[in-house]
Amino acid sequence: MVMAVKEKMVVRTDLDSALLVRAYRVMLLARATEDKLASLYRAGMIKGGVFLGKGQEALSTASSIFLQKGDIFGPLIRDQAGRLAFGDTVLDTFRTYLGSVKGPMRGRDGNIHRGRPREGYYAMISHLGALVPVVAGGLYARRLRGETGVVGVTSIGDGGTSTGAFHEGINLAAVEHLPLVVVIANNQYAYSTPNSRQFACADLLDKAAGYGIAGFKCDGTNPVACLETLQLAVQAAREGNGPQMVVATLLRLVGHGEHDDAGYVDAALRQANVGRDCLEVGATQLIGSDLASGEEIAVWTKEAQAQVEAALNIAQREKGPDPAEEDWRAISTERLVDGHHDLEDE
Amino acid sequence: MSVTYLEAIRAAQEKALTDDPRVFIYGQDVGAFGGAFKATKNLAAEFPGRVMDAPLSEDAIVGLAVGAAIEGARPIVEMQFADFSTVGFNQIVNQAATLYYRTEVPCPIVVRLPSGGTLGAGPFHSQSMEAVYAHYPGLVVMTPATVEDAYSMMLEAVAIDDPVIFCEHKLLYYHLKADKLPDSAQPVGKARIARAGRDATVVTYSAMLHESLQAAEDLVEDGWQIEVIDLRTVKPLDTDTILASVARTGRLLVVGEAWPWGGVNAEVISRVATEGFGLLDAAPMRLNARDTPVPYHPDLWAAHRPTASAIAARLRQLLTQ
Repeated sequence: MVMAVKEKMVVRTDLDSALLVRAYRVMLLARATEDKLASLYRAGMIKGGVFLGKGQEALSTASSIFLQKGDIFGPLIRDQAGRLAFGDTVLDTFRTYLGSVKGPMRGRDGNIHRGRPREGYYAMISHLGALVPVVAGGLYARRLRGETGVVGVTSIGDGGTSTGAFHEGINLAAVEHLPLVVVIANNQYAYSTPNSRQFACADLLDKAAGYGIAGFKCDGTNPVACLETLQLAVQAAREGNGPQMVVATLLRLVGHGEHDDAGYVDAALRQANVGRDCLEVGATQLIGSDLASGEEIAVWTKEAQAQVEAALNIAQREKGPDPAEEDWRAISTERLVDGHHDLEDE
Repeated sequence: MSVTYLEAIRAAQEKALTDDPRVFIYGQDVGAFGGAFKATKNLAAEFPGRVMDAPLSEDAIVGLAVGAAIEGARPIVEMQFADFSTVGFNQIVNQAATLYYRTEVPCPIVVRLPSGGTLGAGPFHSQSMEAVYAHYPGLVVMTPATVEDAYSMMLEAVAIDDPVIFCEHKLLYYHLKADKLPDSAQPVGKARIARAGRDATVVTYSAMLHESLQAAEDLVEDGWQIEVIDLRTVKPLDTDTILASVARTGRLLVVGEAWPWGGVNAEVISRVATEGFGLLDAAPMRLNARDTPVPYHPDLWAAHRPTASAIAARLRQLLTQ
């Protein structure tokens, strides 16, 4: 993948240049990982769905790259990049999609439903909005323990903003004045449903005022803009200014899942600014600011692809779960497991 | 000096807050007001910052508890009425109940459900939801019927590492009394023979224990000795104690206040039929509430739920089968 640089774009930003490069390389790694997932899916090598974040890497990376050890990240469907920036690995990504017992979900859950909650990396459920109050609860407990300066970030899409859990969670976080950053990726469609059928406010950011919390807007296709915005939002939360809402505008450049050809997406949107590929924009920014050359980016891309291949080779050799060795137990307290089930003695 | 079922729940929460700094209470009106039923009376003053009023958001209340549990806290959340837990249902059954299985991180939360019918409470302040939650893997469902159990099971609910649905019956809150709080407790997960007998077994739980005990007493004059089993927890369900009792009596009536379709009664009868069919001398019987919303008018309500006289009548049928 060599970036076509259409124009020299000098970017003025106070962001550290090393951070810009690191963020871009995370985006590249996420894209390479997801390209591989898509080809595995097409080859029939992944059971169940594959849900990608192509086009959302800049926002997703920015969502977690300012988090520190001890912070909380509750990513959603299109956050491969943010997951990697928070410390998830390409290997655990493949392990989860392929059901390896060595992965964090051990074949018990798959694809994007992965996390390591003990490390502040919460595992989403499929019900949109549900993670908002959970991340708030994590922050609440930290505060109760006397910890300060902790931040929690969670992501949601335009569709998820219509759920009751989103509303309840943000309102509660606002009442409790918790250091929660909610990143809304308005990617124009919730599966096939356009914004016009999703909400009636002029701008999703209008909701922030309703909750009495701070709001930020940014162009989700612009990596520098995403990083600058999230840096401000995370810092504001860390400094004790309560919940922060970030609304980024972009376009999902893939289907809802790889089973979906996204034929419902308005062709005009694809051609518009909102339909830009953030990786191309990012390459333009790095080259224009003399932070990298096209050749360097090509090398990074190859390195990312090699990293992906290496991780896949490991994950593919690992075993899946053995039903005979499972304890088939949904609670941790062994003495309280309910017995006498039909399949139990077979 | 006596202690009510409600005071026992309050005292257990007070002890949990005292003994374990990880415990906090979160729910609507639980703070300075002390809760709609006063189950948290004075606790906010006694434990500043640890007994907090929540916005009217059952989903977010349970979600907050799950997040706090991930971070090592031991939250107790109060649903003002069990009926309203439907709004927090997703967080309970999909978030709390799946966490350990999916991630190996346990979810030690207690969700208190003030449950069951009371006079004039009507369709939305009367529900018994134990079976709904018991259906989902990953939850422990407690249904204490006595003051002693209300106290000791609440303490255990906080202590165990898994999510507990604590179904406390509102009808027992004020009138059910014990001389004192218990010093020791029967293990959670074990049923209790509340009354020994030889002619038939009644399996029941929560407020229906007291109706069943009254029915058993009413049958004494006819010469019948009825064994009454208090399940205490409906999940896990102590099938062994039930089967052992049915082995002695040969006859089974299951009594519950919840609706008939599926549910605890159906589960008990299913287990006895599949695992103890040969122990039965007669077809097992069941008594539930009627299959309608819980009615408002006292006369309708009295005919909607099982009562001691309805249980006694059903037992007479069972004994002469």
